[in-house]
Amino acid sequence: MEFIWAIVIGALYAAGLYMIMRRSIVKIILGLALLGYAANLLIFIVSNLTRGNPPLVPPGATAPIAPYADPLPQALILTAIVIGFGVQAFTIVLFRRAYRSFGADDIDELRTTER
Amino acid sequence: MLTAVLSGFGGAIAAPWLHRLAPRHAGWLAALLPFVLMIYFISLVPTVAGGEALRFSYAWVPGLGVNLSFRIDGLSLLFALLITGIGTLVLIYAGGYLANDPMLGRMLTLLLIFMAAMLGIVTSDNLIGLFVFWELTTISSYLLIGYKHEYEKARKAALQSLLVTGIGGLALLAGIVLLGQITGTLELSEMLKRGDTVRAHPLYSSILALVLFGAFTKSAQFPFHFWLPGAMEAPTPVSSYLHSATMVKAGVFLLARLNPVLGGTEAWQLLLTFFGSATMIVGSFLAVQQTDLKRILAYTTVSALGTLVMLIGVGTDDAIKAAMVFTLGHALYKGALFQVTGSVDHETGTRDISHLGGLRTAMPITAAAAMLAALSMAGLPPMLGFIAKEVQYKANLSEPILIGVALLTNILTVVAASFVSLRVFTGQPVHTPKHAHEAPLSMWLGPVALALGGLGAGLFSTQIGNLLIGPATGSVLGKVKAVELVLWAGIEGAAGQALALSGVTLLAGIGLYYARSIFPRIAAATAPLAALGAESWYHRTVSGMLLLAERQTRILQNGYLRFYIALIIITTLILTSLMLLVGQVTITMPQNWTDVRVYELAVALIILSATAFVLRATSRMAAVVGLGFVGYGTALTFLLFGGPDLAITQFAVETLSAILFVLVVYRLPRFGNLSSVSARLRSAALAIAGGALMTILTLIALAEPTESRLSSFMAENSQSLANGRNVVNVILVDFRSFDTLGEITVLGVAAIGIYALLKLVVPSEQEPRVETDGSLDGKTEGVPRERTEVIDA
Repeated sequence: MEFIWAIVIGALYAAGLYMIMRRSIVKIILGLALLGYAANLLIFIVSNLTRGNPPLVPPGATAPIAPYADPLPQALILTAIVIGFGVQAFTIVLFRRAYRSFGADDIDELRTTER
Repeated sequence: MLTAVLSGFGGAIAAPWLHRLAPRHAGWLAALLPFVLMIYFISLVPTVAGGEALRFSYAWVPGLGVNLSFRIDGLSLLFALLITGIGTLVLIYAGGYLANDPMLGRMLTLLLIFMAAMLGIVTSDNLIGLFVFWELTTISSYLLIGYKHEYEKARKAALQSLLVTGIGGLALLAGIVLLGQITGTLELSEMLKRGDTVRAHPLYSSILALVLFGAFTKSAQFPFHFWLPGAMEAPTPVSSYLHSATMVKAGVFLLARLNPVLGGTEAWQLLLTFFGSATMIVGSFLAVQQTDLKRILAYTTVSALGTLVMLIGVGTDDAIKAAMVFTLGHALYKGALFQVTGSVDHETGTRDISHLGGLRTAMPITAAAAMLAALSMAGLPPMLGFIAKEVQYKANLSEPILIGVALLTNILTVVAASFVSLRVFTGQPVHTPKHAHEAPLSMWLGPVALALGGLGAGLFSTQIGNLLIGPATGSVLGKVKAVELVLWAGIEGAAGQALALSGVTLLAGIGLYYARSIFPRIAAATAPLAALGAESWYHRTVSGMLLLAERQTRILQNGYLRFYIALIIITTLILTSLMLLVGQVTITMPQNWTDVRVYELAVALIILSATAFVLRATSRMAAVVGLGFVGYGTALTFLLFGGPDLAITQFAVETLSAILFVLVVYRLPRFGNLSSVSARLRSAALAIAGGALMTILTLIALAEPTESRLSSFMAENSQSLANGRNVVNVILVDFRSFDTLGEITVLGVAAIGIYALLKLVVPSEQEPRVETDGSLDGKTEGVPRERTEVIDA
């Protein structure tokens, strides 16, 4: 079952890489977001993909009922999602700032510090 | 001792202050520091003359064997006295010379830094420490030559000296490291005892080459002599101090210091005598062709440095003694003459000897000092210069070639000495740009004191020999050596032959001085040789490197983001595929790869089609919606495989960022295709290759077992240790809570950044910029530029 996810990850990476090589700054931001999904899915998929049981300890028990999903990569991904959101929000606002200064959604306009 | 060496740095900090508080007396006040230091070093003379070496050590980087250790023996003390003594006079002189310069404070600072660094070189017992101080003198020399930084010539000369001596410094460092590895110590006092080990080692010739390269560049030996005349762009106090009396002798000092370790071999003798002799001849030959007083002195300094290197190369007891006497004598007369030159320049407005003459009536004190110093330079009794020349001849008597070289050099030196004294101060007064009058006390004190020093040292040569020259010679030779230094050695034997040579020197020199009209002709005839010289190679190398840098920057740093990204992708692709090929990694299908449920397939298809939609979207809004679908698809994946927390977070984040995106971009026009079709195809090819690589890597990673004891530990203990039933949450807030703290910090920083960007108002943007040109390399497909404000802050 992991195989189709490997394909999905490859596709997301390809799309993300393509988008960050564009000139439109909005597309670059979209590309960064796609790369973020790809990376999160990658970590998730390669760490013992398990259907069903989340890593929750049922009342009265001391450990989750096996087989349960690996909690450690989930914690990492959770952090990554939130950081990714912070970065994305910052880039969006940065883009807005740049757009007001340069009036163009084109990264090539930002090549020099001259105005 | 540490205080003595490092106090100069403290004084350097105080100097600008002094200048602000007492602008008229700053030079005098700053000179107090080297004066006190000189007294201190004089107080050490009896101990050191008794054959003792004082050593002080402070741990600095003990793990690397680098200590801040100092050692004073005869050689160090001779140099330390020169540095502090001349330093005192130079600081006073600088105060007068730059009296009306608002930047005088900076000059005093730099001179004091230099003095401290130079003291560090001559007193360091640790070679790494010595190297650090060595580089400090290079840097302070750079700043001092470029003192008049508004002149391009000064900046270029400063850079030239920095590059030449800097490269030499690097070679020296390599040599020092090799020496340290061979001998197992970086402390000179230890290393000096292990010369035999070094000389027998197969790496000896590499070490010798590296150290000599460092010393030769620093001491302006042929073919690196060209930077020193260039350094005359510096104000005269600097030339007098750094570029005649002290810094340029650092290379000579190093050779003398390492003589017991590296010296005595045939290679050492041959290289040093050859380069020394070449420098002597080139320097003195160029000196007499100059008309600028400072350049005359600069080239005679070059030739004097050559003499010192040659004498160290000869390496006999007599030769080393001659080198030490000559070091002292040269520092005294050359320091004095440079200051005289500065005074003449200062008071008359020119230092071109063809526009100078008969200044003895206008500047009697300066003239007297100049005459006295020139006597020493020409090697006439009873000056110290005379003794230096006698012992030099005596040391070379057995080598006819070296005698010839020395004779020629000394004759030309006599001519040069006449130029800077007779030519300028005697004869008919000539009209000068400024009306000439005597320099102030601060500016004649130095020359007079130094010239009298040369006279006194000649008259009291026995005492100087016992107290200074003897111990110094002893430390260079690595054995105790009593030195007899007498003004009148008689006319028998070697002394008589030397005296005869001196006579020839003087007569020929004076003769040439009166036939001086031939020098310009010689200069014209030999001018084409300069094109072959090292200086032209220097310029070629520098401009070649600049050209290379410019070209590779234009290719690699072209300012196009996508180019950088493409480069990163290509590099990763190549390196990773190479590793996969070399490592012969096989890609195996996961065993249960057909085990796919329909709803999983549906989610995968949602993600794929939404991604395709994002790629093809022509409006930003549509793209954002597509991105949202990808995000929700990812969240569903998390949900399907036991990650409800991830799913919830992803849903929330997805919603938030979609809102944020919409707020910012909804008023923007439709997407244009900014790139050409071929550019897009290239990107697509690269991106597909990158994606394929990631798929392959994922499959490889999946084939590896992922047993983690950490995960099960956390799962089994979250209830008992942290009282939490959601293991992921427990990891975040308990087991790995510091990570979460870091994450919160990052979010906080991002939030502050976002707030600042929203609130930032650039005044010039009050009126929107008018875009008129479509200067996008013709790749634009007419994107309309919207200039309205997107959002109000």
